Amino acid sequence: MSILVDKNTVVICQGFTGSQGTLHSEQAIAYGTRLAGGVTPGKGGTTHLDQPVFDTVAEAVAETGATASVVYVPARFCKDSILEAAAAGIELIVCITEGIPTLDMLVVKHHLDAAGVRLIGPNCPGVITPGACKIGIMPGEIHLPGRVGVVSRSGTLTYEAVKQTTDMGYGQSTCVGIGGDPIPGSHFIDILGMFQADPATQAIVMVGEIGGTAEEEAAAYIAANVSKPVVAYIAGVTAPAGKRMGHAGAIIAGGKGTAAEKYAALKAAGVRTVKSLAEIGTALGEATGWG
Amino acid sequence: MNLHEYQAKALFRDYGLPVVAGAAAQTPDEAVAAAAELGGDRWVCKVQVHAGGRGKAGGVQLVDSLDAVRAFATRWLGERLVTVQTDATGQPVSRIFVERPAAIARELYLGAVVDRASRGVVVMASTEGGVEIEQVAADTPELILRARIDPATGAQPFQGRAMAFALGLEGKQVQQFTDVFLHLSRLFHDLDCSLVEVNPLVLTEAGDVLCLDAKINVDNNALYRQPALAALRDPSQEDERESQADEYGLNYVALDGNIGCMVNGAGLAMGTMDLVKLQGGSPANFLDVGGGATEQAVAEAFKIILSDDAVKAVLINIFGGIVSCKVIAEGIIAAVRQVRVSVPVVVRFEGNNAAAGLAALQHSGLAIATAESLQDAANKAVAAAGVAR
Repeated sequence: MSILVDKNTVVICQGFTGSQGTLHSEQAIAYGTRLAGGVTPGKGGTTHLDQPVFDTVAEAVAETGATASVVYVPARFCKDSILEAAAAGIELIVCITEGIPTLDMLVVKHHLDAAGVRLIGPNCPGVITPGACKIGIMPGEIHLPGRVGVVSRSGTLTYEAVKQTTDMGYGQSTCVGIGGDPIPGSHFIDILGMFQADPATQAIVMVGEIGGTAEEEAAAYIAANVSKPVVAYIAGVTAPAGKRMGHAGAIIAGGKGTAAEKYAALKAAGVRTVKSLAEIGTALGEATGWG
Repeated sequence: MNLHEYQAKALFRDYGLPVVAGAAAQTPDEAVAAAAELGGDRWVCKVQVHAGGRGKAGGVQLVDSLDAVRAFATRWLGERLVTVQTDATGQPVSRIFVERPAAIARELYLGAVVDRASRGVVVMASTEGGVEIEQVAADTPELILRARIDPATGAQPFQGRAMAFALGLEGKQVQQFTDVFLHLSRLFHDLDCSLVEVNPLVLTEAGDVLCLDAKINVDNNALYRQPALAALRDPSQEDERESQADEYGLNYVALDGNIGCMVNGAGLAMGTMDLVKLQGGSPANFLDVGGGATEQAVAEAFKIILSDDAVKAVLINIFGGIVSCKVIAEGIIAAVRQVRVSVPVVVRFEGNNAAAGLAALQHSGLAIATAESLQDAANKAVAAAGVAR
């Protein structure tokens, strides 16, 4: 078991023939992901990486039976691509692209919520169920099939957490990068709920960062709904207020969204918090009794 | 991206938002001519910088003669204004804005932001105008009225009316405020704003609603479709190193410590800074080289980090996902040769081609320390900065 994706998930790629789409689709196929083709308007009927190319997502869904799509198109076209995927009946959309205008995301989020379509990202590394299905840009080889669910707002921080759980021998059930934007398609609480319900997930690592109140919302959710051990790390203790730290969502505004507030909320919810990025794995061992 | 008040007010006028007559000036002569053109015998002179707190810092003044307009312009143009929101050196003043004064009866607050929690644009209003709205939000949150704009319908008049009545407005003011509410919301959406603020929004002695100040922040990600706004950018108001970094696809934020950090990924960059601090060191900067770092970008990153004289050691932390550590290693080697790095450099590689990258560094013959783990890297960098100090 796992969440969101497994070995049977059929995936198509939007922006398939572009440089990013090509690079990461190649790696996904090599990993064993059932990538059944892709969409590039105007290149329908051709093949790419030995897979069919379609003009529209609707055709791709009809021909391949795909239920998931990964979006690599440039930021200015993402709103269109995501809404096209939703209109074609795709159930899970993973958008890797960074730099989508926030007002585009407001419209997209509003529409997908109403339509009941799950979006992961944008501005994220993607989703992986180790040994079964890799959708995104994460390096497959650092993962290990196992029992820890990982959810994170940051790409390379996710890798750091994954590597430590792999080194400890615990492995991961599924790893989800929800992305560093102010308006993400999915929030911590969406993913935490799925991990709680997933029998293969025995513990959860949550990686947050400064900005917004998603971690505080997660803390309240965990206190009420999550019985599995949770280890949380928050990046940005040293970040100054009012400065955007790379991610569009990582900014302490009006004194709100500090790491200290997030740590306090999580601690109060019974979450095992770690201040050092290097100690996520060992803290997990202690919190679960596996260590 | 921030706009100046004079730019924001011109946009306000385009959107039918009521502002007083005013003009921007780059020289004392222009300022005097602008005041004479506006007419009257009193004017408000305001320095134009990307920072709040101008009034308290002396950057806003009510004057009653053209000589006083000239004196204000002469005093500030070419100087720097230091406010509570700037650093110690302040922001350069290259324009002042001259306006007709308004007869103020009441000061209100009106603003709009993208609200993450409700996933929508939220318009906020308060009877407590002209003061720090963050303070009002913290002390008396019940005095801030909110209206969420539905992404599907846009702002509706009933939302503006409800706010107007709650603010205690009467008669023609209700319709005037509702218009301001609707126009502000339309401006926010049309111009891809991330924040619009009118503080204060005033009621004049004649009973009219007027936008006395104007602040607009634009979503950088949307500038490609807002060419007219992109042209309003004022690089003189931005940190020089941050702008330079931006040109090479690097994300740099200056801090006040002595350990320069170069990391791939924004989250990992923050995490690395935090770890340095936890080990007793102090990070000199945030720097994300991004996922597609090239040899040239790495070299530029080095130059920017080392342009800060406080830097006593450099910590490089790369978790190779897309990017190969081997490529980063080649970039580091080239950069160290090119820019003559005189402080200790500690490198930690993990992920894609990490072993090959470390081997390349070790065989380069350069004085680059490699680390076995993240913890080891932080320890070594903190120790190196301590010794250098």
